[in-house]
Amino acid sequence: MSATSERPPTPERKLARFLGWLSLALGVPQLLMPGRVNRLIGVKDDDESRMWQRIVGGRELVAAAGILGLRRPVAFLWARVVGDVKDLVLLGRALDGKKGDETRIGAAAASVIGVAALDAVAAVQGTRAPTRMEKDRQVRVTAAVTAKRPVEEVYGFWRDFENLPRFMAHLDSVEPGEHGRSHWRAKAPAGRSVEWDAEVIQDVGNRLIAWRSLEGSTIDNTGTVRFTPAPGDRGTEIRLDMEYVPPAGKAGAAAAKLFGEEPKQQVNDDLRRLKQVMETGGVVRSEGSPEGALSARQIKQRPAQPPAEPVGAEGSTS
Amino acid sequence: MRATVYSGRNSVQVENVPDPQLLNSRDAIVKITSTAICGSDLHLYDGYVPTVKKGDIFGHEFMGEVVETGPDVDNLSVGDRVVVPFPIACGNCNACESGMYSICENSNPNAGMAEKMWGHSPCGIFGYSHLTGGYAGGQAEYARVPFADVGPIKIENGFSDEQVLFLSDIFPTGYMGAELCDIKPGHVVAVWGAGPVGQLAIASAYLLGAERVIAIDRFDYRLRMASEKANAETINYEDVNVLEQLSEMTGGRGPDACIDAVGMEAHHSNTGLHAYDRVKQATRQQTERGAALREAIMACRNGGTVSIMGVYGGLMDKFPIGSVMNRSLTIKTGQAHVQRYLKPLLQRIENGDIDPSFVVTHTMDLDDAPKGYEMFKNKQDECVKVVLKP
Repeated sequence: MSATSERPPTPERKLARFLGWLSLALGVPQLLMPGRVNRLIGVKDDDESRMWQRIVGGRELVAAAGILGLRRPVAFLWARVVGDVKDLVLLGRALDGKKGDETRIGAAAASVIGVAALDAVAAVQGTRAPTRMEKDRQVRVTAAVTAKRPVEEVYGFWRDFENLPRFMAHLDSVEPGEHGRSHWRAKAPAGRSVEWDAEVIQDVGNRLIAWRSLEGSTIDNTGTVRFTPAPGDRGTEIRLDMEYVPPAGKAGAAAAKLFGEEPKQQVNDDLRRLKQVMETGGVVRSEGSPEGALSARQIKQRPAQPPAEPVGAEGSTS
Repeated sequence: MRATVYSGRNSVQVENVPDPQLLNSRDAIVKITSTAICGSDLHLYDGYVPTVKKGDIFGHEFMGEVVETGPDVDNLSVGDRVVVPFPIACGNCNACESGMYSICENSNPNAGMAEKMWGHSPCGIFGYSHLTGGYAGGQAEYARVPFADVGPIKIENGFSDEQVLFLSDIFPTGYMGAELCDIKPGHVVAVWGAGPVGQLAIASAYLLGAERVIAIDRFDYRLRMASEKANAETINYEDVNVLEQLSEMTGGRGPDACIDAVGMEAHHSNTGLHAYDRVKQATRQQTERGAALREAIMACRNGGTVSIMGVYGGLMDKFPIGSVMNRSLTIKTGQAHVQRYLKPLLQRIENGDIDPSFVVTHTMDLDDAPKGYEMFKNKQDECVKVVLKP
């Protein structure tokens, strides 16, 4: 049993990181050698301008730390935009007061305007990007298990999507429709349910099934399951690859809860239940885990003593 | 029903709990006639096995009468007298089909927990922490037996409970410990721990053809039982240096095979060394006290086999891997694959080759379970094995 999840850096994140490093590259010389920076940008080098260089340099370092150190540095990106405006004001004052080389100051101002544009883009992107919690819900999870049944049988069981709720703990029902479409209903907190439609996008007999939710679904999700004969006549290797992106807002939060706090563990448990159903005829239950393998239950076990209320027997003939 | 439940470190209570119910179609309910306290229950009782919860019903050695069967149990009928193996095993997976029932791939619903701790999960076990499934145990009036179509063995002759009860765990465990030693004619086998598993490992080593068996313990009454009932030579490790003594007894070779029937709460004759392991274990820097296993490895002859049947839970400090590697030792271990041994060992009992009931020193009412745990833990009244009658 194994599972992994991954999330590559987005282009927005890459731009923000670039700006963070730029802040660092500017802030250090401003703080340590303000005289040189003054001469470089053509500002008259005196005590007052050196003081301003140090203040601005300190601000750059704070911005660098914020942008590079935080997962969601929107506030610091906006602070950079404000800082850019202030820098332009300072440069303007230097020009007004005839305090330096007009050409160099002009070039410096042009650079600031260019960077300000990038800062504004990054800040706007950062503001529009999903919040940290929402980003965490965009997950890709893979898991694998071996079941001692022939490939045809395992493929056939999965291909009949009505069987999925027998081992996928969060599903209530999957109703088959026409043209490879199906209607999925999942349990949501407080006795509610979340529903969406999905379609099969690839189906290779005894090898692979891929599906995805239709546009406009509450939970934007895709899944691929691959079946391979296990070496040494040990049945079928089943590899599941799922990705889901719930939208922002209340519906999204409810949807995210469906997939649990530990999506990897949940997918692993689903495949474990599939193996149990294929090999033993039902999901195996204990007094501590009367629902069978369930990641939420593993965090909060019942004592290992019989449940007081009737549960009913799970299995092939019941 | 009445059941023995964990109520905190060094404490069990007999309480009223709900009666068991069928949770799977291959379950049966057994009305328990005899149930025993196992040495490994003491590891739970002492608080050294993680994921034991207050309210958990203990007990994995039990037998009784079938009172209810699920719709998919076709080999048992109400009224059958059965002994129940402690590992819960489906009989369908690759592990079960190859006879490795204690690593059944399906019977632990909390496999995710066990995978975090051990990499992969073993089978579920009755009354033995939530890492191995969170199953209610058998120190109770009734128990639910999952995969009843695979595990329990019917007892259809006139043996007493005590004669067949230990088929549930300690006889197969001791026997497998000896079997893993690959005993050849002339072999000398040393067994650390003269508790119930050690006693049956000694007896099994003789059944499998050992020339001599040497028992190592610190309690004279246990060594006396090993000597009188199981024909072992004995070493009290508080009196002599075990390595020197074994070398002397085996002409300098060391025992051909060494069986660890002690496990994670071993003692050491050297107070300082014992204190080292004790402190590290108490402060949770290691889960095991390894004195017995370390000594078994060091004692074993070059090219010999070390068979580990004592229970370990996690990580041991100062494991002498150099001795294992450089001297071509073989280490074999595992929870007993009890289902595999039920029929052949019942046959051994029927043949009169062995009567495992010789280990029983105390029989008491289920309600006295707390007293039984205390006696067994503290070795009071020359206690070796406690059988409880619900």
